[in-house]
Amino acid sequence: MTHVVPKSTYYMVFAALLTLTAVTVGVTYIHMGRFNLIVALLIAITKASLVVLFFMNVKNSSPLTKLFVVAGLFWMGLLVVLTFSDYVSRGWLAVPQSWSSEHKTPNVLR
Amino acid sequence: MSEPDTIQSTNAIPEPPVEHAHAHPAFQHHFDDMEQQFEASHLGMWVFLVTEVMFFGGLFAAYTIYRTLYSAAFADTSRHMDVILGGMNTAVLIGSSLTMALAVHAAQTNARRRLPWFLIGTIALGSVFLVVKAFEYTHKWHEHLVPGLHFQYEGPYAAQAQILFSFYFIMTGMHALHMIIGIGLLTYLIVKARRLAYSSEYFTPVEMVGLYWHFVDIVWIFLFPLLYLIGQHNLGGGHS
Repeated sequence: MTHVVPKSTYYMVFAALLTLTAVTVGVTYIHMGRFNLIVALLIAITKASLVVLFFMNVKNSSPLTKLFVVAGLFWMGLLVVLTFSDYVSRGWLAVPQSWSSEHKTPNVLR
Repeated sequence: MSEPDTIQSTNAIPEPPVEHAHAHPAFQHHFDDMEQQFEASHLGMWVFLVTEVMFFGGLFAAYTIYRTLYSAAFADTSRHMDVILGGMNTAVLIGSSLTMALAVHAAQTNARRRLPWFLIGTIALGSVFLVVKAFEYTHKWHEHLVPGLHFQYEGPYAAQAQILFSFYFIMTGMHALHMIIGIGLLTYLIVKARRLAYSSEYFTPVEMVGLYWHFVDIVWIFLFPLLYLIGQHNLGGGHS
């Protein structure tokens, strides 16, 4: 009926998730400027992908299920990107100097 | 027309397909077979989970906006987060996802004796998480870090820190609520599993609760670095 994932896969994913958790905690104490955030998010996305693909077994799910998962992520992307484009284009969020010609200080901060 | 094995009358109840002739008690007649019934539930569960992604996604987007606005203040609050407890809880929750996955595996392979024990293990680990979370909340209460209720914060970031702790309590609180609901669902599964309701033929509820539990795990996988870790590297510096 559905694909039975061997237990060994679950154990390996579990070990990988624990390792990545240790890595993300360890990396936190290394000063890397803005890359601390990027590395933390990349590790979190990797962990989430492992859970979705193996624990939630999307890897062996029907194409329709995969389409729904991707559509959900796409919609989540719209939520974040459009919200941020709104804030940034109104000058409400600080962006690197080269990006904006005015609004050195975000209005919200005043 | 004269084939004897075709259904003659539309009033007659159609026979289930040959390979599913032993209709399972959980089989609902409006589906072709058990597999189609499972796929329908599976897809419906994913639609629900996508709405949950949107729910938590709104919170994460709002958090990210305020974090961008007040990055120095948000980084400063990291010193009030217990990385040891947070990291331990992350490991506990990942462990509970493993026992949940093994519970689904037990149901799929007809390991009916073991199934309730994996479910009990999942509840136990989930409860450990919630107890640790309760200790953290209590500690924050004593440190006057609960927004709106005698909130006190030293340094130049008192107002912005209150925003961060509002996000902290709403996001971890909604996450904890989801876990409490999950424990309720698992309890229901244990009662049914002990009556041998699930087998390799029918394990849909186990699979659905499993998907839900793993989703709650994923929310924490993002909450932990965003709330606990960011800013740890430059404590005292105040710039990020």
